[in-house]
Amino acid sequence: MLVEDAGATANKAGVGDDVHSVLLYQLVPATEGGSVPGRKGGGAIGMTQLSVPAAGPAKGSPKRIEVRGLTKIFGSGAEEALALASQGASRAEILDKANVVVAVHDVSFSVEQGEIFVVVGLSGSGKSTLVRCLNRLHEPSAGSIEIDGEDIVGADEESLRALRLNKVAMVFQHFALLPHRTVAENVEYGLKMRGLDKTERRRKALDVLKSVGLAAWADQLPSALSGGMQQRVGLARALALDPEILLMDEPFSALDPLIRRDMQQELLELQRRYRTTIIFITHDLNEALTLGDRVAVMKDGRFVQVGRPAQIVSAPADDYVANFIRDIDRGRVLPVSSASVTAAATAKAGTSVAFAHQTLKATEGQAIVVVDADGRPLGLATRGDIQDSPGDMPVENHMRRDFVAVEAASSLFSLCQRMKEPLPAVVLDKSGRAIGLIDALSVMSAIGGSSASEGRA
Amino acid sequence: MASEDVSRIMQIADYLRPSHFGYLPLDAWIESAVKGWLVPLFRPFFRTLQWPIEQVLSGLQALFLSVPFIVVLVLAGLGAWRAAGRGVALFTIVSLFLLDWIGVWNETMVTLAMIVTSVVFCIVLGIPLGIAAARSERTAAVLRPVLDIMQTIPSFVYLVPIVMLFGVGMVPAVIATIIFALPPLIRLTNLGIRQVQGDLVEAGRAFGSTPRQILWEIQLPLAMRTIMAGVNQTLMLALSMAVIGALIGAGGLGLTVYTGLGRLNVGYAAVGGLGIVLMAIILDRVTQALGEKGFVSSRRRKPAAAAEKRKSGAADAGKAETTLKSV
Repeated sequence: MLVEDAGATANKAGVGDDVHSVLLYQLVPATEGGSVPGRKGGGAIGMTQLSVPAAGPAKGSPKRIEVRGLTKIFGSGAEEALALASQGASRAEILDKANVVVAVHDVSFSVEQGEIFVVVGLSGSGKSTLVRCLNRLHEPSAGSIEIDGEDIVGADEESLRALRLNKVAMVFQHFALLPHRTVAENVEYGLKMRGLDKTERRRKALDVLKSVGLAAWADQLPSALSGGMQQRVGLARALALDPEILLMDEPFSALDPLIRRDMQQELLELQRRYRTTIIFITHDLNEALTLGDRVAVMKDGRFVQVGRPAQIVSAPADDYVANFIRDIDRGRVLPVSSASVTAAATAKAGTSVAFAHQTLKATEGQAIVVVDADGRPLGLATRGDIQDSPGDMPVENHMRRDFVAVEAASSLFSLCQRMKEPLPAVVLDKSGRAIGLIDALSVMSAIGGSSASEGRA
Repeated sequence: MASEDVSRIMQIADYLRPSHFGYLPLDAWIESAVKGWLVPLFRPFFRTLQWPIEQVLSGLQALFLSVPFIVVLVLAGLGAWRAAGRGVALFTIVSLFLLDWIGVWNETMVTLAMIVTSVVFCIVLGIPLGIAAARSERTAAVLRPVLDIMQTIPSFVYLVPIVMLFGVGMVPAVIATIIFALPPLIRLTNLGIRQVQGDLVEAGRAFGSTPRQILWEIQLPLAMRTIMAGVNQTLMLALSMAVIGALIGAGGLGLTVYTGLGRLNVGYAAVGGLGIVLMAIILDRVTQALGEKGFVSSRRRKPAAAAEKRKSGAADAGKAETTLKSV
């Protein structure tokens, strides 16, 4: 049967069938015995049906940033260009007719508390302009931006300053550290602007520097540091303000690949600790998919697609996105749940072999998962294991204990490393209950992208 | 073509000259505008402008002339040593010694007072104007032709109205020097601030700085080297005005040269000229060294720095300078 979040199941699937299965599940501990899978025939469950809570913010987190219809036009004659833009003219047409560049074109999105929202696009797609509109380093030409319900576009100088000092900090691509100030003084910069006295901000700066591992460098000039270290200082300068929202404009693009990967992991670590809301700009799709809770693909000033990394990879919105993700390492991005997971027949420990065999035959599955009272897998029994065994023996005497179990949300890549042929792997939900089986073939086809190409065709 | 044809053509061509029809009396107009309007109306105003310059100049001159030779020698040597190292210090001491020996010490001090006064006023006027030009395209657009005129117009041309408005003497000479020496400082201040990397200014804004804070915390410190180059240029130009200033009553080494010229006394003129050259070299080396060091030197002095750390610090400073240069 399907072991899922009751609420999620009811949300996602046809009510009658699944409510039935949920009820069945609830009865299992009392009645002792096997159960038939919730879905007749035990067919493949696509990612969209299998609701696995992905990493990221819980549902219903408050919206921190709400952007509607944001447009930014560079050059004079913005009115004409705006009119053209609202008529649906393309960027090239507007450049041709009005001789202005539409950097950001009618972009709307919202970001929730604690989310990492990644905007990915090629250079010139307008992503850096977009992030600069959020704290009004660039003045938006049209549209609205709200941060915690506060209007940013209409904010006066004073409240804008308060926003930048207290809520929204920024990290820059080329670090933007002051070369004439020491590392500690650079980190202190925002605090100095806040008006903190010298000892106070020095203490805070050293704290933050310690957390990024640069306390020993406090009195050096930035030029004495390597690129990766300089960007840590840039990050520390932002973190020193305890920002609720962090804007990161290609922060790791100038770093070499190894350092970049370390920094990405550190950022995820920091984000886990502080639950900061992050808007992250990058041109590196792998980076976007690694870091993002949600990813927006930007092209010519517009969002082409917004979605969770797995959604973008498994269901690209158009040819541009499909082309963009072609070289992506799908195995690392896609969760196990995106491959075709077969709903597993389960048998409670203590069930007789005969009953288990009967259940297995009814579902036409290749193996049955033996579970404990909480639905956690204890072992796996294939047809061959049980069809010739005496029917009155408990099933656990004939099951294999060296099976592979994997959480639905973990990456296909992590499963590849452990999978044992010919046995399928048991797919678990977040609480460790068995929800299905996956075989090597489905893993391979998911990584190979066959489902994606079918979807496009 | 016959020769009379050519002369006819030339004649016709001559008819096309405006001077054939008449004469635009621009010189008379300017003459009457300055004499009949500018001078009588604004002379009191210009006279009051003189006052602060007069105060600074006479103060400095009295100071330089009253300090004993040996004190000036030691202080100048020490200053040059701190700023520019041993070589320049040695050169400074030898030069000053020589200047006294060849009998132009007092003239040197008078000229120094004049130069310093001019440069002080150039800094007071030029750096704010340069900042204003850097922050507003409109100001820059207005200033640019003014600076072009100031730099291209021969200084002899404005000596006449200056004499009319301010009279003759040291102060009018200082004013002429300021007009002559001011433009590069404004230009280089403007340039220095505009050259500060955009993302640094952006970072300043992103961290909640006001424009004033960005100016003081980011732009001016980073533009300091360029501004110091402007100060250096201004100083050199001011020195080159020393002789011209003598035409309208300035004293000092310029007057020595001018007198030598008037009397066709080569030796006298050469002594004055040597004085100016030696002063120029000293002042140039010292201000250049100050500009090179810029902000970095003061930043490197951290308390309780061990000898080793100081060494690495020096290396860092060097690196910082090279990055700055590449910027």
